[in-house]
Amino acid sequence: MSTKRNFIDLQRHLKDRTRGAFSAAHTLLPYWHRVTHQWQLESAAEMIHSLFLINHTGDIFLEKHWKSVISRGVCDYFLEVKEKAVEPENVPPVLQTPHHYLISIYRDKLFFLSVIQTEVPPLFVIEFLHRVADTFQDYFGECSESIIKDNVVTVYELLEEMLDNGFPLATESNILKEMIKPPTILRSVVNTLTVLLFFPGSSNVGDKLPTGQLSNIPWRRAAVKYTNNEAYFDVIEEIDAILDKSGMTVFAEIQGVIEACTRLSGMPDLTLSFMNPRLLDDVSFHPCVRFKRWESERVLSFIPPDGNFTLMTYHVSSQNLVAIPVYVKQNISFFETGSCGRLDITIGPKQTMGKMVEGLMVTVHMPKAVLSVNLTASQGNYTYDLATKVLVWDIGKLNPQKPPNLRGTLSVQSGAPRPEENPALDIKLKIQQLAISGLKVNRLDMYGEKYKPFKGVKYMTKAGKFQVRT
Amino acid sequence: MQLSHYLWNEDLKEMLESNKESLKLEAMKRIVGLIAKGKNASELFPAVVKNVANKNIELKKLVYVYLVRYAEEQQDLALLSISTFQRALKDPNQFIRASALRVLSSIRVPIIVPIMMVAIKEAAADLSPYVRKTSAHAIQKLYSLDPDQKEQLIEVIEKLLKDKSTLVAGSVVMAFEDVCPDRIDLIHKNYRKLCNLLVDVEEWGQVVIISMLTRYARTQFVSPWKEGAMFDENNDKAFYESDSEEKKDPTEDKPYIMDPDHRLLLRNTKPLLQSRNTAVVMSVAQLYWHLAPKHEVSAVTKSLVRLLRSHREVQYIVLQNIATMSIQRKGMFEPSMKSFYVRSTDATHIKTLKLEILTNLANEANISTILREFQTYVKSQDKAFAAATIQAIGRCATNISEVADTCLNGLVLLLSNRDETVVAESVVVIKKLLQTQPTQHSEIIKHMAKLFDNITVPMARASILWLMGEYCEKVPKIAPDVLRKMAKSFTVEEDIVKLQIVNLAAKLYLTNSKQTKLLTQYILNLGKYDQNYDIRDRTRFIRQLIVPSEKSGALNKYARRILLAPKPAPLLESAFKDRDRYQLGTLSHSLNTKASGYQELPDWPAVAPDQSVRNVEIIEPVKEWAPSLGKAKKPKSGDKFYSDEEDEKEEEGSDSSGSEDSSSSSSSGSSEESGSESEEESSGTSEKTSSDSGKSSTGSEGSSSDSVQNKKKKKTKKVVKKKSKPAAADSDSDENGNGPVASSSSSSAESSSGSETDSEGDSDSDSPAAQKKKNNVKSKPKVEVKSKKEVSLLDLDDFSPAPQSNTPKSAVLSSSLLSDLEGLSLSNVSPTIQVTTPSFGPMKTHELLHHMTGKGLSAKYHFPRQPCLYQPSMVGVQVILTNSSDHTLEEIHVGERNPASLNIHCFNTIERLEPEASVTVSMGIDFSDSTQAANFQLCTKEDGFSVSIQPAVGELLMPSTMTEQDFSKEQGKLLGMNEISETITMATANTSSQAISKQVLSVANLGVVSSSQSNFHRFAGRTVSSGDLVLVSLEVKESCSALLTINTEKSVMASMLLRDLKQALAQA
Repeated sequence: MSTKRNFIDLQRHLKDRTRGAFSAAHTLLPYWHRVTHQWQLESAAEMIHSLFLINHTGDIFLEKHWKSVISRGVCDYFLEVKEKAVEPENVPPVLQTPHHYLISIYRDKLFFLSVIQTEVPPLFVIEFLHRVADTFQDYFGECSESIIKDNVVTVYELLEEMLDNGFPLATESNILKEMIKPPTILRSVVNTLTVLLFFPGSSNVGDKLPTGQLSNIPWRRAAVKYTNNEAYFDVIEEIDAILDKSGMTVFAEIQGVIEACTRLSGMPDLTLSFMNPRLLDDVSFHPCVRFKRWESERVLSFIPPDGNFTLMTYHVSSQNLVAIPVYVKQNISFFETGSCGRLDITIGPKQTMGKMVEGLMVTVHMPKAVLSVNLTASQGNYTYDLATKVLVWDIGKLNPQKPPNLRGTLSVQSGAPRPEENPALDIKLKIQQLAISGLKVNRLDMYGEKYKPFKGVKYMTKAGKFQVRT
Repeated sequence: MQLSHYLWNEDLKEMLESNKESLKLEAMKRIVGLIAKGKNASELFPAVVKNVANKNIELKKLVYVYLVRYAEEQQDLALLSISTFQRALKDPNQFIRASALRVLSSIRVPIIVPIMMVAIKEAAADLSPYVRKTSAHAIQKLYSLDPDQKEQLIEVIEKLLKDKSTLVAGSVVMAFEDVCPDRIDLIHKNYRKLCNLLVDVEEWGQVVIISMLTRYARTQFVSPWKEGAMFDENNDKAFYESDSEEKKDPTEDKPYIMDPDHRLLLRNTKPLLQSRNTAVVMSVAQLYWHLAPKHEVSAVTKSLVRLLRSHREVQYIVLQNIATMSIQRKGMFEPSMKSFYVRSTDATHIKTLKLEILTNLANEANISTILREFQTYVKSQDKAFAAATIQAIGRCATNISEVADTCLNGLVLLLSNRDETVVAESVVVIKKLLQTQPTQHSEIIKHMAKLFDNITVPMARASILWLMGEYCEKVPKIAPDVLRKMAKSFTVEEDIVKLQIVNLAAKLYLTNSKQTKLLTQYILNLGKYDQNYDIRDRTRFIRQLIVPSEKSGALNKYARRILLAPKPAPLLESAFKDRDRYQLGTLSHSLNTKASGYQELPDWPAVAPDQSVRNVEIIEPVKEWAPSLGKAKKPKSGDKFYSDEEDEKEEEGSDSSGSEDSSSSSSSGSSEESGSESEEESSGTSEKTSSDSGKSSTGSEGSSSDSVQNKKKKKTKKVVKKKSKPAAADSDSDENGNGPVASSSSSSAESSSGSETDSEGDSDSDSPAAQKKKNNVKSKPKVEVKSKKEVSLLDLDDFSPAPQSNTPKSAVLSSSLLSDLEGLSLSNVSPTIQVTTPSFGPMKTHELLHHMTGKGLSAKYHFPRQPCLYQPSMVGVQVILTNSSDHTLEEIHVGERNPASLNIHCFNTIERLEPEASVTVSMGIDFSDSTQAANFQLCTKEDGFSVSIQPAVGELLMPSTMTEQDFSKEQGKLLGMNEISETITMATANTSSQAISKQVLSVANLGVVSSSQSNFHRFAGRTVSSGDLVLVSLEVKESCSALLTINTEKSVMASMLLRDLKQALAQA
């Protein structure tokens, strides 16, 4: 047993990309060759050919091919671009190589790189890759290299079900979960039991297969049963804003999302209505929402998926003025002489509708020349990452009586030119029990089932991309 | 290493060959781990392939993974597994059939091509849409394995394109795009169906279908972008008014009328802009961009801007597309300009794209805002972005002459910027700007000359030198001095700068030879011996050109004209200028090069090809795959529907229309309607809804629905009356669903669904007025009734008032819900055999409660023969409640039931029912496959009345479709005591096959099984509750006798059914 483990470790630590690819290519040369040839002739076929998962250091730690194997070498083009890019975010999502196209996404410090052979809408691939990442997140709680490696079999089974010949097959989490159980501690025990219980004869296999895929409502599992029936809706609004130096609003808008968690037995049919649906300007829905009802009556009518899902996202019409909950007074300056600068930031409440502002945090991407900072915070803590030059000031709750302040000096690399631009401040904040746009849920009704579910609606406002220019 | 590798494999082999499932599973998991890491596990092939027939699903799945990965390398061994899959292809479980086909087709071994071909053909005719979907995927796999199969595969595609299941649609279009994208003719007949199904197709399929339809529309319709496209709105209405294709507006002076099919596409794709799937939104956006009249394209703006909230990669693609769009249509995105403001945290390529768009959007009105924004960007720490901003400022300056000076001054200020790249970029841009307007800018040129010493970026230095040379006459004092300095530093300059020094020297020599002659010669000498051949060449050329000598006679004269010719100003253009040659949203567009497999979007045809190719003709009943009953029922349909539903008064109308118009497909009247009655229209919609749905749900019966339309027209007035009660729309469409008009009544939600939702959509979107009413009505039934009365009073002259005439309406949600739900349904399938279409629903209405016993409340019920949405095991019952008393009845609800265990889905309590008013409500009752009556109490606020619903045995069934072979197969399984048969005598009128079908279907809710023999009639169904098969076959012997056989496990039902059928067939 231990030898095996050693072997795995060895393999893992070898990081010998080319070796694996070589030996594989060698053995299958004759057939391989022929198939390659055919691609060039036909060049048609699937949308997504292969998927490589690459960590931020450039190691390929998982590959999946839906058709013939494509050598890892194809990733070299990508890795080259990645090396050149200062930030991983700067790698263009679409790349061209002599024989393939590479479409990649960067999520949770991982690159999901898909290999494409022919014309395909790039968003199709990007959207799918994000669904894959979402699914991993959903199954394993996080989407990291180690967790994917630990669950490689489940990952493989998922990928197998999600794509058939390069075309998405089952991407609904409810359906996937019927086919492939998410890992649990009890899993292995259950596994052996199911084997014994279900497979003495072959006829029962159907029970384990996804009926949802064929039902009228493919997003919902069949035969859901709960002892406590509950439906929760979180109305979360994010303020996207750019404030200029003087605190004037350059741009501000509100984007909202309604996250739902429904644990309801049977086939509940829900109707959710708003007090003021006119506020909503542009909306997008989970496929379960009946668009016609929305169009005609401005109510959300739907049979929900089981569990957590995003019911809708919306944009609040731009006619309404956006309330900016906090004001920011700041002064960041660098002196021409003497290698230092000064920083002074104060944040206070502005339009908070009488609610508490929490989770306040300010992030500053300092110019490269700033070596270190020497600051005092009247509230909360600050950290400065010397490598990334990011200053984070974690304030917490905003005290309206005593607006928090951060001030002190910045030491700049001597000899370096004075930074041209002052860094922008990114603000994070949270306000509970408030939808800043004033959106209110009127009522939630359930039809189709007898029981009385427990219903709850929660509001929250957050800062989205909230930036203060200095 | 090698050794451990070997041992490792040995270990795995041992585990695979053990008897313990758990060990095997463990081994397979490790092997999959190896594959995932890209390690070679091919040596284990023999050991793994043995487990292919294992019963354990998880193990089996992992073996499949392995097999698909390595079969290509181990072809001989892979063949061993083929028989397993072939067997599985025949499995009764559709999932097993599908997965077998999936794996079989993924094994890329050329030798099994014929086997795959057979499997695909069989699967394409499978009863399960899921299996058919899989077969569509397999088509592509086979095609890439062996392109020679193309012709045969096209046949399969053609067949699958006709499929009405939303599950199949996306996949088969994908296969179509892959195998035969040029066979646009295959689409014609399926065009409308695809448009109507679109909303219900899964999201990935939507993308594929939309992009295919974009191409289709570009070949089939004429451009809506010509003059007169304004009339389109008009036409739009006309289209909603009636669904008939041939309708043309009689007024010929309108230059452009959009093809209704073109409109259909635009209308049916629009809701998808609200999809959560960004790819779907983008594909609709590109469809609108390429197909919609110009004034409608802006409908996509908000949705595209919304996508900018999504992931970085999505932003990138969307911004690229917006960039292309914003060049041609500034107006579209100008209102959302601020959404393109750059944040310091954006990735560089996102920033540049946003900048590009902002520049495209700049105009006189907003330029000051944009320039202020740009000022922020110029200071960005991201220098590449700052440089791009300067370029953008330059473009704004050339495009908007008002701000040219401001921009230029701003750029000059930037020349003193500390950052070199910023300065360099500014110089380059200033150079370009000066070229466009070279008048009195000597100050700027002087300023630049002064800065020259501090600028080190070659491109910037070269630009300044070029400017000096070009405008040397404007700065006569400075230019020679600059040349002097350059002569000194010539040897250390970059090549690009050297070339410009030579240039400057030559120009000065021509204009000011007195001061510069010697300098020029010096520089030319240096250039002559330069390391770079370009410079040597240039030097030689210049020398010949400007220095008069014996050899160079002719050219010399023209030197001035050659070197000092006025140069055209460079155009500062967007990098996205010519991206629009690629279809938006494509990979080619994103890369700005033609990707392999890219298909050009054809230009509009000058003259539209024949529109009638898209008309779907009636399909003969026998050959239809999902049999429909063809013409026989049509006349009847008219009668039935209206006589039952509405009242005697309507019968006149329906009679005539039913008989005369049933086959006339074009209705000239419809267009008049469209033009004239704007008011009526809104009300008319709900009616139309029903006709729409009827039509598309059958897919083949253009004419029957037309008849409904015509008739509708005749009853315009009545319609108006009805109108006031929008709820009627719902019940109408329901009934239409059940009624004979839509052959698809009960079961095949797949076909009816799309159309129904769709048609509802029409009514919704067309007539906001109606909607509002509807809202009101729903919330306050009371008001509604009153309004109805008022309206009907106005129109009563023509018609005798009948108490329950006015369309049963549902005051509660349930029935509208029903139709909604159908809209949602994907495909309605029972596990193995698809439950489908045709019921020829005779709408026998039964009395539930007489108004005498019910103290004014009367109730009737009928079986709509639709699958009950509350629970599949329930039979749907529609109850029409009418208040015949003179006072309002309140709180009508279902009370106690007997037996208490009876499983009923009650309708929601009806709060109020006004005198004379009636409502239709749906209930679901689980009869448990017995004809025992369901007894319950129907209660009002004051009283309770015991009522009972006794189902006829035929109503406890759901139709299924199956092929003749399957029928025989199933029949073979149900012999002995599961079979009863009797020779019966039929009425002479019933001997035709249509009559037989009609009679049988009127008794029982069964599906017709197509038959190859004319004297054999087969019908199939399942019991609603337990899902047991019920097979009815009728063998016509001589003239009037026939052998009626019923096979089912439910022997009690069988005998009852036999009795009923016998009776029905004996009757004329």
